[in-house]
Amino acid sequence: MSDHEEHRYDVLIVGAGGAGLRAAIAAREEGLRVAIICKSLFGKAHTVMAEGGIAASMGNVNSNDSWQVHFRDTMRGGKFLNIPRMAELHAQEAPQRVWELETYGALFDRTPDGRISQRNFGGHEYPRLAHVGDRTGLELIRTLQQKIVSLRQDEENAATGAAGGADATAGVDHETPGDADAGLRVFAEVTITELLTDGYGAIAGAFGYRRETGTFIVFRAPAVILATGGIGKSFKVTSNSWEYTGDGHALALRAGSTLINMEFVQFHPTGMVWPPSVKGILVTESVRGDGGVLRNSEGKRFMFNYVPEIFRAKYADSEEEGDRWYSDPEHNLRPPELLPRDEVARAINSEVKAGRGTEHGGVFLDVSTRLPADVIIKKLPSMHHQFRELADVDITKQPMEVGPTCHYVMGGVEVDPDTAAARNVPGLFAAGEVSGGMHGSNRLGGNSLSDLLVFGRRAGVGAAEYIRGLGDAVPEIQDGDLDVAAEEALAPFRPAADGGIGENPYTIHRELQQVMNDLVGIIRKEDEVQRALDAIDALKARVPAVSVEGHRQFNPGWHLALDLRNMLLVSECVARAALARQESRGGHTRDDYPGMNAEWRRKLLVCSIHEGTGNGKAAGPAGITLTEEPSPVIREDLLGLFERSELEQYLTADELPADTTATGGAT
Amino acid sequence: MSRNAEFRVWRGDATGGALQDYTVEVNEGEVVLDIIHRLQATQAGDLAVRWNCKAGKCGSCSAEINGRPRLLCMTRMSTFTDDEVITVTPMRAFPVIRDLVTDVSFNYQKARQIPAFAPPPDLAPGEYRMQQVDVERSQEFRKCIECFLCQNVCHVVRDHEDNKTAFAGPRFFIRAAELDMHPLDARTDRREFAQAEQGIGMCNITKCCTEVCPEHIHLTDNAIIPMKERVVDRKYDPLVWLGNKLFRRGKD
Repeated sequence: MSDHEEHRYDVLIVGAGGAGLRAAIAAREEGLRVAIICKSLFGKAHTVMAEGGIAASMGNVNSNDSWQVHFRDTMRGGKFLNIPRMAELHAQEAPQRVWELETYGALFDRTPDGRISQRNFGGHEYPRLAHVGDRTGLELIRTLQQKIVSLRQDEENAATGAAGGADATAGVDHETPGDADAGLRVFAEVTITELLTDGYGAIAGAFGYRRETGTFIVFRAPAVILATGGIGKSFKVTSNSWEYTGDGHALALRAGSTLINMEFVQFHPTGMVWPPSVKGILVTESVRGDGGVLRNSEGKRFMFNYVPEIFRAKYADSEEEGDRWYSDPEHNLRPPELLPRDEVARAINSEVKAGRGTEHGGVFLDVSTRLPADVIIKKLPSMHHQFRELADVDITKQPMEVGPTCHYVMGGVEVDPDTAAARNVPGLFAAGEVSGGMHGSNRLGGNSLSDLLVFGRRAGVGAAEYIRGLGDAVPEIQDGDLDVAAEEALAPFRPAADGGIGENPYTIHRELQQVMNDLVGIIRKEDEVQRALDAIDALKARVPAVSVEGHRQFNPGWHLALDLRNMLLVSECVARAALARQESRGGHTRDDYPGMNAEWRRKLLVCSIHEGTGNGKAAGPAGITLTEEPSPVIREDLLGLFERSELEQYLTADELPADTTATGGAT
Repeated sequence: MSRNAEFRVWRGDATGGALQDYTVEVNEGEVVLDIIHRLQATQAGDLAVRWNCKAGKCGSCSAEINGRPRLLCMTRMSTFTDDEVITVTPMRAFPVIRDLVTDVSFNYQKARQIPAFAPPPDLAPGEYRMQQVDVERSQEFRKCIECFLCQNVCHVVRDHEDNKTAFAGPRFFIRAAELDMHPLDARTDRREFAQAEQGIGMCNITKCCTEVCPEHIHLTDNAIIPMKERVVDRKYDPLVWLGNKLFRRGKD
C-alpha cells in the first residue's frame, strides 16, 4: 500500500474524551509512549456536553456518604445487573480521581468551608456530584487537555535540560527522541477504521485516515485502548454528537472481542423537544436536583404516580414532603422527580401517550416557580443560555418543554474490571462509555464522568502491565492487512456496480435512525424489534452500493459512509439483545414483558461477530451472534451492604445469602 | 412553516475557491448549521464543515456569516429576513483547509507555550481549600469553549500574519489570567510571562474579542487590562507585588 504515514508507539488510545485522556495520562506516567486519536479537534470530545457533575463519595456536603453507599446506589440504579467488581472499584476510587483533577488545575464549585461542593442527583442518596455550574464536562475535558499539554512540556523541558532525563523507557524505535511527540502525541481529526492483529489475534496496530487530507495513517502498537464513547447517532432523537457512531464497539467486534448488555440504552428523560432542530439536546438533570419539577399539561406533578414498588420506601409520597427534602434531607424523603433516569423517562412517555403532554409532545420541566431568577442563572447558566438562544424561552419565567432523548449506551466491550482488558483479544482495552458492565441496566447521572476517570486510569495502567509482560515479543501487523483495510476505506469512492449514482449515505443513515427510534426505542415489543432487524438487514445490503461524491480531503459524505458500517453493526447488537431479553429492566422496557425477572438478572447477553464471505464490496454482510452467559456472582460482603428484603426483590431464592449473614445493611 | 432561502457558501481549498449559490429549504426554529447539514444531505454531500455538539458548548462550528464571525449552531435563521441572502465563509484569520474548515493549529501551538498550572507543593490531593468567590474569577475564563472566534477577530493577527509568532491572542491571555488568578497556582510569574512571551503589550484594547465571545466572557476588562496593568505595577513596585502575592496566599 502506498501513500500513507506510519507511526510506532507502545499504546494507541482511540478517543480523546475523559476516558481516553485519563488513560493517556496514566499510560504516560507508567513510561509508555502514547498516541492519542481524536476524531475531532483536541478538546471537542463529547465529554464537553456533560453537565451535571462527577459522582464521588467525598462526603463534603453530607459526611454520611461513603463508597459503600455509592456502590449501593449504583447497583440499585443498574437494577443489580452491574458487574459488581466494576461498581465496587468505581465507588472506591472516584474520590481520589476527582481530587487528583485539582492538582491538574481544575476549579470546582466550593462549599462554604472551601472544599469541593457536591450536588444532589437522581438515584444518589446524598449530595455527591462535584460540579462547575452546569458545565462540568467542559471543565473535565479542559483540565485533562491541559494536563496532557503539561506532560508534553515536561518532556520538552527535560530534553532541553539534563541529557536523557525524560527517557526512562526502553525499546521500540519511534519518532525523534527528545521530541515531545515521541512520548505523547495527539493526532487530531483522525478516524480509525480498523484494528490490526497478528497471526494469533493479538493487537498489533490500527489503520485509519486523516480527515484534513484523506490520506491513510497506520499505527504499529502492541496495545490499543478504546475510548470512543457511545452509539447515539443510530437514533433519531439523541443528545449525542456526530462522533457517536459506535466505532469502538464495532472495532472491538471485528477484532474478535465481545460486547455485553447492548439491549440497555439510556433515554435521558429531559431533552429539548422544541423547536424541531434542537430536539434531543440535553437538559441537565441538575434542573431537578436543584429543585425543578415535572408537570403534565394539567399542571399535575405526575411523578408521584410512578414510584415503583422497589423504590417506594425511599421516595416522598407527597409534594410537601418532597419539597421539604431540599432543605432538610435528614428528616424527609426525596421527591420522585429524582428517581433513576429510566423510571422518569418511562413516566414522561406514559403521560404523553395518555394525552397529557404539551403542545410539542413533551412535558413541562419547571424551575421558574421554584427558585429565584438569580439563583437559576447562577446554578444553571448554560441551560438559561441554551433555552434563551435556541427556543426563545426564559427559564426564570417559563417552564421548559422536555421529553426523552437517546443519551447513553450501558452496553459495551466486555472487559476485565481490574485492568480494562477486553475479552479474547490480547492487547485490547476499553474504558468509558464504550465498555460495558459498570452501569448494569441503567446508569445513574454523574456516574459517567467518574467512570471515565476510574477506568480510564485503570486501562492505562493495564496496558502498561500488558506491555511489560510482552518483553521483546511484540506482535506485528500481518502482510496484506493494510491493503485490505485501504480497499475497504476507499470502497465508497468506487462507482456503483450498476452504473447508477449509488446509494446516498445520508439517506441510509436517516432511515436507520428512524428505524431505531420507532422500533427499538424507549418501549419495545417483539414484533417491532423483529421488524427493526429486518430493516437493518435490508440497510446492510444497501451499504456496498453507497457512493460518495468529491475527493478524499475533508469529505463528510465519505466519513459518514464509513461510519455507517459501525452504526449498522451496533444497531444490530442492540436489536438482537432487545429481542432476546424477555423482561423489563432499566434501559430495556418490553411492553410484552413488563416485569423484572430475577432469572433474567442472572444472564448476560453477549454479542460477537460472524463474518460474511468474500472481501470488500463483494463481502456478504457480517452478522451478530448472540449468546447467553451467567452474570458474575455478587460477593457476600457486597451483598451484606443491602437489607435482605431489598435483595429479595432482585435475586432468585438460591442466590440470597443465608439468613445469618443478612444482618448488614443500610446505615 | 417551511420556506426557501438563498445561501452563498464558500467552496474551495488552499489553492483557491469561490462562493457557490444554493437554494435550500428552511423550517421554523432552525439555525444556520441545520441548513448547512441539509445542503450536505441533499445537494453537496462533500461540503466540509466542523461541528460537534450543536448546542454552543464545544466551539467547533465557528465561521463567518454575512461577514460576522459566529457559531453556526447558535445563529438562528429567524435573525434574518426571508429575502436576505445568507453568505457563509470560513474564519478569515486561519488558513483554509477545505470549504468552511480552517487550519486552527496556531491556537494549539500557542497553548503549548504557556506553562501549566503549578500545583502547590505542600498540599496533597484532597487538601485543596479555596473560597467560591476566589475561584469564580478564574472560572469565568474557564467557560471558554475554544471556538477561537476571539483569535479570528483580533486585529493584531487578523490583518497581520507576521504578528502570529510574537502574539498569543486573547484566548491565551485569558488562560494566563486564569492561572494568575487561580488561588493555589504556585507560579508567580504569570503576568511577566504574558508581557514578555505572549505579546500582551501588542493588544490595543479594541474589545473585538469581548464582543464576539459566545460565552460572554469579559476578556478585555477582566483579563487583558488587569494583566497589562499589573505587569506595569509590578515592574515599578516589586514590594507591592510581593505583598499582594503573600496576601493572596495567606488567605487560602
